[in-house]
Amino acid sequence: MIGDYTYDQFFSILAMQGFAGLSLFSVFVLMALGLAIIFGQMGVINMAHGEFMILGAYTTWGVSLFVTSFAPALFPVYFFIAMALAFCASFTLGVLVEWSMIRHLYRRPLDTLLATWGLSLILQQLYRTVFGAREVGVTLPDWMMGSLPLTDIIEVPINGLFVMGLTTLIATSVFLLMFKSRWGKQVRAVTQNRVMAGAVGIDTKRVDRLTFGLGCGIAGVAGSAFTMIGSTGPTSGQLYIVDTFLVVVFGGAASLLGTIASAFAISQAQSTMEFFLSGSMAKVLTLLTVVGILMLRPQGLFTLKIRR
Amino acid sequence: MTDATGQGPFKLNRRKLLGAMATIPALGVLGTTRVFADTSTAAVNTSGLAVTDTDVTVGILHSVTGTMAISETGSVQAEILAIEQINAAGGVLGRQIKYIQEDGASDWPTFAEKAKKLLVQDKVASVMGCWTSASRKAVLPVFEQYNGMLYYPTFYEGLEESPNVIYTGQEATQQILAGIDWVVDTKGAKSFYLLGSDYIWPRTSNKIARKHIEMKGLKVVGEEYYPLEHTQFNSVINKIKLTKPDVIYAIVVGGSNVAFYKQLKAAGIDLTKEAPLLLTISVTEDEILGIGGENIVGAYAAMKYFQSIENDNNAAFVKAFKERWGDGIVIGDVTQAAYLGPWLWKAAVERAGSFDIDKVREASPGIELTTAPEGYVKVHDNHHLWSKLRIGHARTDGQYDVVYETADLMEPDPFPEGYQ
Repeated sequence: MIGDYTYDQFFSILAMQGFAGLSLFSVFVLMALGLAIIFGQMGVINMAHGEFMILGAYTTWGVSLFVTSFAPALFPVYFFIAMALAFCASFTLGVLVEWSMIRHLYRRPLDTLLATWGLSLILQQLYRTVFGAREVGVTLPDWMMGSLPLTDIIEVPINGLFVMGLTTLIATSVFLLMFKSRWGKQVRAVTQNRVMAGAVGIDTKRVDRLTFGLGCGIAGVAGSAFTMIGSTGPTSGQLYIVDTFLVVVFGGAASLLGTIASAFAISQAQSTMEFFLSGSMAKVLTLLTVVGILMLRPQGLFTLKIRR
Repeated sequence: MTDATGQGPFKLNRRKLLGAMATIPALGVLGTTRVFADTSTAAVNTSGLAVTDTDVTVGILHSVTGTMAISETGSVQAEILAIEQINAAGGVLGRQIKYIQEDGASDWPTFAEKAKKLLVQDKVASVMGCWTSASRKAVLPVFEQYNGMLYYPTFYEGLEESPNVIYTGQEATQQILAGIDWVVDTKGAKSFYLLGSDYIWPRTSNKIARKHIEMKGLKVVGEEYYPLEHTQFNSVINKIKLTKPDVIYAIVVGGSNVAFYKQLKAAGIDLTKEAPLLLTISVTEDEILGIGGENIVGAYAAMKYFQSIENDNNAAFVKAFKERWGDGIVIGDVTQAAYLGPWLWKAAVERAGSFDIDKVREASPGIELTTAPEGYVKVHDNHHLWSKLRIGHARTDGQYDVVYETADLMEPDPFPEGYQ
């Protein structure tokens, strides 16, 4: 016996909490990856990140409505189409926003905070006008809402596995893109020194635009995936923004690896503490720990060595 | 002496004077009939409210922006509908109701500020508004200081009674205790897991629930709170699986509900099997729109009103509501309670024969509505309504089947003995 639990139960707890932690980890990575690209690589503080996610969620909702009324046969697999469209929608809006707003502010990173915050309010109101103030329900195919029973107590939610798979796929693609492709090299060059990168012949405007678009597009996919676990309403994007910045800043803004490490640390800490303490307490302790570590190490867990 | 409104005594006198003068030509034509004398503005409004010979102004104070907009939209719609219906039927004391709508923006200080604006600047004859307990607590001192009348529609934790508020929703004993009694008596529940969002209403409600459960000699196997807008419930669902309670007693509010029910289903807890059974006091038809009926089917809700209640009043109400606001709309418990506000106010004004707040307050206890969608309601001396408890069983289409209702109206008891 351990505490009130038998050994059997205790190992079940470990397994279930481990899985809960992993699925929280995937959610964090998915939320933070887009922001890490925009904030970490471009230095733009994008307060509208949550609204780009919700655009993805609304797209998914729209596709689910369309498919149920016009092509019910497609319903079991519509989610993949929805995710692709969510990426396109958020990517397009991202490119548009970069063109009309962000590109004028690259030299004034703090102003991007204000501008994108304004943008987030505008988008929220726009969603409220277009879709209504009430939350919308995204209907999912049954197979995605089921679970795999492993033992009597342990059941693994399929949507958790799905999010994990999606996260792995997207994280791998982003890494290949950033570190193996010619375009990634250009992004990193522009990040480190925009003037010099321009001087050696990189079209920095194009790189900036596509990078911002990519970050927003990933946010859209994340939003689409979150319709499985969360709510979709005009202000739902706000739910994610604090956690997202927490993960990115804690990891060290400029490092994608740092983002993943910090997502892992925070999710596991939270999930373990949630089980033994109460939910609110776990959140408080996690935040305190993060604040403490950031005081000792203001640059975050991982940093790039760059000459400033 | 200047009054707190900053308008000085002259304005009041002038308004009374104008009111009185306006009646003079009419008197010449009609003669001084008793009925008419009673309804002259000077007679029905001695305290300078926004009442003219043709209309009377009331306030609507809800959040139409911010996180609570999702919930409060329905209340605004219901109040507007009631006002329009009253106007179509001839108004109140022969006056058409106009309304000034203010946005509390889900922010409690804003609620207080707007309440003050409505009472002091606009001089409204009553206010329909607020949703969360936090917003009500914020406006309460304003209503008491400037002597306004608030019709508050949400079911809440009780432990409050104000001469300036009529509570049209149910307090704790009419919902929490009766709901628990029902699962114990008809479902044989012995153990409970209490779960809620982390603020005043769920915490107080669960405190009352725990006390009631323990007084019956039954067991609470877990109690847990998550911050508002939390979206990860995996850990608590794991705890629920391990502790195997008979009942999950859920008071999660707002968007968190969507996450909670979706994750509950994904974790393999099928609510239709009733092992464990889920009883909620915070999920109305409105929230199910976001959750999706297929994710909550089988859950039980303890409320006083469901859209599916079968009676003539409700059929007419649902029809009118959909005609006014659209077919796709659903009506939840609070929306119905909000609809009662203008009607109760109208009845009190007519009984008092005056718009004056003090007279309306005096006339309010004992006011009854036989046309309420929930059936019949009556105002108690403590400013709450007598109401029934109904248990709804969630269907896949997002509506509830009413599986139980108390035979008699329950007396409101905002300060239950031994639960504080």
